[in-house]
Amino acid sequence: MDTAITAKKKWWDGGYSPFNVSYGKLMMWFFLLSDAFTFGALLISYGTIRFSSISWPDPNEVFRSFPGAGEANLPLVFVSLMTFILIMSSVTMVLAVHEGHNRNRAGVAKWLAWTIVGGILFLSCQAWEWTHLWHEGAWWGRNPFMNQDGSPGSSNFTNFFFTITGFHGLHVTSGVILNIIILLNVLKGTYDDRGHYEMVEKVGLYWHFVDLVWVFVFTCFYLL
Amino acid sequence: MSNEATLHSHQEVHGSLEHDQHGNGHDGHEHHGTFISKYVFSMDHKMIAKQFLITGIVWAIIGAFFSVLFRLQLGFPDTSFPWLSSILGHWAENGHIKPEAYYALVTMHGTILVFFVLTAGLSGTFSNFLIPLQVGARDMASPFMNMLSYWFFFIASLVMMASLFVQTGPASGGWTAYPPLSALGDASIGSKIGMDLWITSMALFVVSQLLGGLNYISTILNMRTKGMSMTKMPLTIWAFFFTAVLGVLSFPVLLSGFILLLFDRHAGTSFYLSDIFVAGKALSNEGGSAILYQHLFWFLGHPEVYIIVLPAMGIVSEVLAINSRKPIFGYLAMIGSLFAICILAFLVWAHHMFVTGLNPFLGAFFVLLTLLIAVPSAIKVFNWLTTIWRGNINFTPGALFSIGFVSTFISGGLTGIWLGNSSIDIHLHDTYFVIAHFHIVMGVSAFFGMFAGIYHWFPKMYGRFLNNTLGYIHFWITLCGAYLIFWPMHYEGLAGMPRRYYDYSTWESFKQFAGLNHFISIVVIMVFATQLLFVFNFFYSIFKGRKLTIANPWKATTLEWTTPIHAGHGNWPGEVPEVHRWPYDYSKDGVDFIPQTVPIGPNESEH
Repeated sequence: MDTAITAKKKWWDGGYSPFNVSYGKLMMWFFLLSDAFTFGALLISYGTIRFSSISWPDPNEVFRSFPGAGEANLPLVFVSLMTFILIMSSVTMVLAVHEGHNRNRAGVAKWLAWTIVGGILFLSCQAWEWTHLWHEGAWWGRNPFMNQDGSPGSSNFTNFFFTITGFHGLHVTSGVILNIIILLNVLKGTYDDRGHYEMVEKVGLYWHFVDLVWVFVFTCFYLL
Repeated sequence: MSNEATLHSHQEVHGSLEHDQHGNGHDGHEHHGTFISKYVFSMDHKMIAKQFLITGIVWAIIGAFFSVLFRLQLGFPDTSFPWLSSILGHWAENGHIKPEAYYALVTMHGTILVFFVLTAGLSGTFSNFLIPLQVGARDMASPFMNMLSYWFFFIASLVMMASLFVQTGPASGGWTAYPPLSALGDASIGSKIGMDLWITSMALFVVSQLLGGLNYISTILNMRTKGMSMTKMPLTIWAFFFTAVLGVLSFPVLLSGFILLLFDRHAGTSFYLSDIFVAGKALSNEGGSAILYQHLFWFLGHPEVYIIVLPAMGIVSEVLAINSRKPIFGYLAMIGSLFAICILAFLVWAHHMFVTGLNPFLGAFFVLLTLLIAVPSAIKVFNWLTTIWRGNINFTPGALFSIGFVSTFISGGLTGIWLGNSSIDIHLHDTYFVIAHFHIVMGVSAFFGMFAGIYHWFPKMYGRFLNNTLGYIHFWITLCGAYLIFWPMHYEGLAGMPRRYYDYSTWESFKQFAGLNHFISIVVIMVFATQLLFVFNFFYSIFKGRKLTIANPWKATTLEWTTPIHAGHGNWPGEVPEVHRWPYDYSKDGVDFIPQTVPIGPNESEH
């Protein structure tokens, strides 16, 4: 097939995709834009309520536990590990997409599998953290943590924490499921038959987006 | 993106085009497809469009009938209608609608008309039907997702329909579902399971809109036929494009708002709740903000009115140009104003919230941005007027409804300038003036655009014409009726008559309007009956209407009329035609019309 692209080609004149991408990838980009607005709305709501409150709990006090470390004071260590795992899973996803460009089935399968492992590890960490907080008395509608100024904390601290990290976790879960489906297709050789690994790129876009959202969620709930 | 990736996706694009032509190759067989694959789970955008349209018509009858019911209460507060008790049971005792039922009816009237009829029924129908046909594509980018889009809408419809029949009734806190009324099950009878079903249905509706919108955008950007550059697209397509962008970016914010609302209802959270007493008892909720919901809601809610009216604008531009036998006036200005409206739509939502205690300094910016919308709107109005100016107008029902659209859009738009001023809004907020404004500018106008589209493209949809005489009766009664209903409401609103009240006869200030309310209700019944006439015309003409004998009955230039009268899945039996000129070459160089597929002649200049 003639794939030479000359500078004179009129991309917007119809008959071609003006961005030189398939409709599927275009849809994924627009979906991510849409989803960014969903998360944006949730995080802005969180900001609105938080800034209208007089005081707010200190994340260094709330998120100080590590599995098996007992009462040791390890502020933000566990969430840093979670974040590291998720970012590493983005790295392995990049490698999977790269191998897809090389049409290396074994390579794609290997790195996609590692991405899935990373996603499941992240979800497990989140499950542990939620369970731990629940044992400390935190849940939707319940907040055992004091504000920084010593007043009783608003339940909206935990309300937003569980809603937004839960919503993000739901996205990670669906990402893991998508990755598993794509991995099965890779192993079956579907994309070798199709001649390209674009599906890996599409789930890759989704996966990177979910990671990017986590950076914002992490900043808003653990750092600020 | 690596070079290699570019090559791959390049192949993909080509591959899909080739695949499409293949797809057409075995189209002959699909005519013999099963009933299920052809009429129910169809992936043909034309069939999906008809599904959206007919579902929308069913909803429109229900939603309009609800307005007849509550207008009976408003117009005849002292009269007993025993038949109301027969159809509504305990919701109407002694022939009077109960207050709870009245609020349920107005809430469902708003929800149904705004979302299920004028969003799904209007842009769902015409985006689906016209985008592939007018850009020259075999189908939507993803026919499967397109089918899902309809079925999500269908399930949303079922859930909403079910909520009408639960024991405690459907949601009744207004179509905006403001908390705390919508957040607390104990607050009112309509805040119980009916509210949960409402939220569920709306969430499914958002999914449907997203699936549809992503498809519309990528089809318009990616699937245009050869030669169909962006500035050779009909204005319908530009309007659908911006509508889809608005939907894809604003509905997710509504979804976020609903997620928080659902948690407030069932998980004991206080996102929207603070300092509330129900039945004399203080609730423990603290720290939330009911105003937060309003921000989230109106961030969708305002773009939503443009989601409703932009498709109507596109349809009207097209129908007016065709029936005036003149090119559209100011094609690029039309696109520019659509774009400006699309941007401004996201920046004006707080003008719905001037009386919530919004900082007046902030309000000033929202006033400014709101009034700015008058500029692109006026550009469009002048362009429509100059399009028909000295045109050789064919007064088809479609053209009449288009002219009616321009009329109502002007009348309703001017009152928008009043309401957009925060100081005037203090007096007019939540009065019948607002009701009159948005019903004319958004409700009636969008309906007129939709009717124009139905009368105009019915022959393409079903291969038959709608009956013209019934169409003229339909138009004139609807136009006169719309003004007779909503014009008096301006005066009621200026006099301070609030909306949403159950009975005005007990108020000394509003007793004077008893006669006017009586009059409005009578006109409502007549207009409703006329719409049933249209529904009859619609279904009768599908089977018995005058048959289309030529492929291009309106002598239009656009691509949909180059398809066979009964186009199969894939739209064109042979190659997809190539486009050489813009879609508005009417009365050019003494030729009545030149289709887009005709190459520019050697001695001819491009428009």
